[in-house]
Amino acid sequence: MTAAALAPTPTAASAPEAPSAAQVQAAERAAIDASASGPVLFFFSNAILWLLLATVLGFITSIQLHHPGFLANFSIVSLLPFTEGSLLADLRLTYGRALPAYTNALGYGWATLSGMGVAIWLLARLCRVRIKVPGVLITGAIFWQVGLTVGILQILGGKTTGVEGLEIPGSAAVLMLFGYLLVGLWGALIFGYRRQAPAYISVWYLLAALFWFPWTFGLAHLAVALPVQGVVQSLIAAWAAQNFLNVFITAIGLAAAYYLIPKVIGRPIHSYHLASTGFGAFILFSGLTGAVRLSGGPLPAWLITLSIAATILLLVQLATVSTNLLLTMRGQHHMVYHSPTVRFTIFGVISFTIASVVGLLSSLRSVDRLLHFTFFQSAQTHLLLYAFFSMVMFGAIYYILPRLLGCEWLSSSLISWHFLASAYGGGVLVVGLALSGIAGGAALANPESIFSQVIEDSSRYYVASTLAWGMIGIGHVIFALHFLLMLFRIGQPGGEPTLFAPIGEEKH
Amino acid sequence: MNRSFNLFAGIIGSFALSCYALVLLPKQQLGGLQPQTVEDEGKITEIYPINNVAVEKGRAVYASEGCFYCHTQQVRDEQNGTDLERGWGVRRTVARDYIFDTTPFLGSNRVGPDLANVGSTKWRNEPVDENSKYKPAKRDAAWQLLHLYAPRTVIKSSNMPPYRYLFENKKISGQRSVDALALTGSDAPEPGYEVVPKPAAKALVAYLLSLDKSHPLKEVKGSAPEVAAK
Repeated sequence: MTAAALAPTPTAASAPEAPSAAQVQAAERAAIDASASGPVLFFFSNAILWLLLATVLGFITSIQLHHPGFLANFSIVSLLPFTEGSLLADLRLTYGRALPAYTNALGYGWATLSGMGVAIWLLARLCRVRIKVPGVLITGAIFWQVGLTVGILQILGGKTTGVEGLEIPGSAAVLMLFGYLLVGLWGALIFGYRRQAPAYISVWYLLAALFWFPWTFGLAHLAVALPVQGVVQSLIAAWAAQNFLNVFITAIGLAAAYYLIPKVIGRPIHSYHLASTGFGAFILFSGLTGAVRLSGGPLPAWLITLSIAATILLLVQLATVSTNLLLTMRGQHHMVYHSPTVRFTIFGVISFTIASVVGLLSSLRSVDRLLHFTFFQSAQTHLLLYAFFSMVMFGAIYYILPRLLGCEWLSSSLISWHFLASAYGGGVLVVGLALSGIAGGAALANPESIFSQVIEDSSRYYVASTLAWGMIGIGHVIFALHFLLMLFRIGQPGGEPTLFAPIGEEKH
Repeated sequence: MNRSFNLFAGIIGSFALSCYALVLLPKQQLGGLQPQTVEDEGKITEIYPINNVAVEKGRAVYASEGCFYCHTQQVRDEQNGTDLERGWGVRRTVARDYIFDTTPFLGSNRVGPDLANVGSTKWRNEPVDENSKYKPAKRDAAWQLLHLYAPRTVIKSSNMPPYRYLFENKKISGQRSVDALALTGSDAPEPGYEVVPKPAAKALVAYLLSLDKSHPLKEVKGSAPEVAAK
């Protein structure tokens, strides 16, 4: 099987020499897109609402880092007096409640919903299957979000489980899991009815993501509910958080990147062998890395060593994925200048590369002991979740939406502004948190420096994250408005993608 | 279908491996940990403080307010940080220290100091000054309440939010309440009023004061009482 045969078929425009076959293919793709458009649009529009909520909460928590009193005494009763005495009256926005609300809104709201929308669309396209009974997918998304909304209200109301990363109480988590299973089942059915064999590399990553998530999520919440006592509980929470971020989210991001880059530049991926080696290393090692989150903690040393070893072995995946995707781009780098999708996706791939290298270095005991209990961890999370995954999702949405709505994005400058705001905002956020972590970690490691010094050194960079959230917020508002215009079919006529600059016009 | 079979075997097998290595095996190894007892001339003493209702309630407040996002409750050994030098504990913490915790608040970030032993009278937040003698930080109930209400009155550079909603501003009727906060300056309530902790604040402080893992454990070297008392 050659790489070309396995790669997604290039767009119809690039194969004019075979009109009949191309027309048939185009008609099939249009039919698949039409069948997927309802649920996928539902996933995307809901995901963007969660993104906006997460942006507001992220902004609030970033202000609280340097002004801890900010909204610390907020009570919803002062805004909505009729809530007095109700459950809502206990809602608070102190840092300790706003922070988990933020991470849950970003991870389970924006990232999971946008990721599932992209996953369903990619599976339908790559398996060449029309989606039947799309209502099941929409029902799944509704259950997921009802659970998530209840869960976040419970967090803000102080009714959390107290387990980091699994804050949402069991009753709400069950709703989420049920909703997820509907979506996951439909994903599996799409694969079961596939008319394109063998499966493209993106499909591998998507199936892995779809399978790993519910088991991890279900088992971890079961452990909280039982409850499992002692540090094993913390270990399971770390395992679940790592599986969510480094398996589920990463796999969907890579699946999208493996699809979008070859597709937009109209050339198959560089090497299929590299891709499958990378997938093998990914699936084998990433699930074993969870214990690095508890490095130095009260756990058997073998566990930490195992996870560090797995993190180092993931270098195999990083090397294959990055070289493969970047080599696919060889000679086509000008596409970063032209195509919004490629620009976002390549930014994401580069962030993934940096995140993996930083993750490897910081897992080493000598580095970890300096950075472990600092905002450096948060910097790494944002590098992966925002600078890699979210940017790839933005790229995917810019690619997918015109195909679902039959109209192109209104304005390339709006896309360009969104890119600049998200890229610079995300960059400043990650660098600011990392610097704060390094400065705080250095002070913490120096036994001579008193704790006030640690606070002072790490606080110096907090204001950068507020600035970053401001920029990111502007980008997200632009993106949301542009998306809204698309939903109302306000855009360029369909057919020609909205590019930053016409192809053939080089930037000098 | 051979290819699909391999794919599914890989996905399911790798998950099983991940689950076995990071969940089941550690559960098997650590799940059976028993509390350690001190045997002295045939008399067996439990070395764990018995939790009362207030402590349990306070634990729930600690979780609700998300204290663990900024405070850890784990002391690392000398090779892994300055925790011991700072006075956050007399020995590193190990798995056995958490066997009674349904949700151990290990924490992941130190925006504030570690609290694993904050209830111990030996707890410090600074390295020992070479010139002065060993001086533990004063962290009694009054200090903790004042710190919860207005952190910056006691720690100038504190980044902790003031938890005003765990307190109430009450009109003084007759005598001042015993647990009214000694506030001065801009934090002080208007004349005739006093700030008193709500039950949640008192429970939280009871929990904080119960945090003490100073007792020696066999598996931790250097945790013998004579070393600890240095």
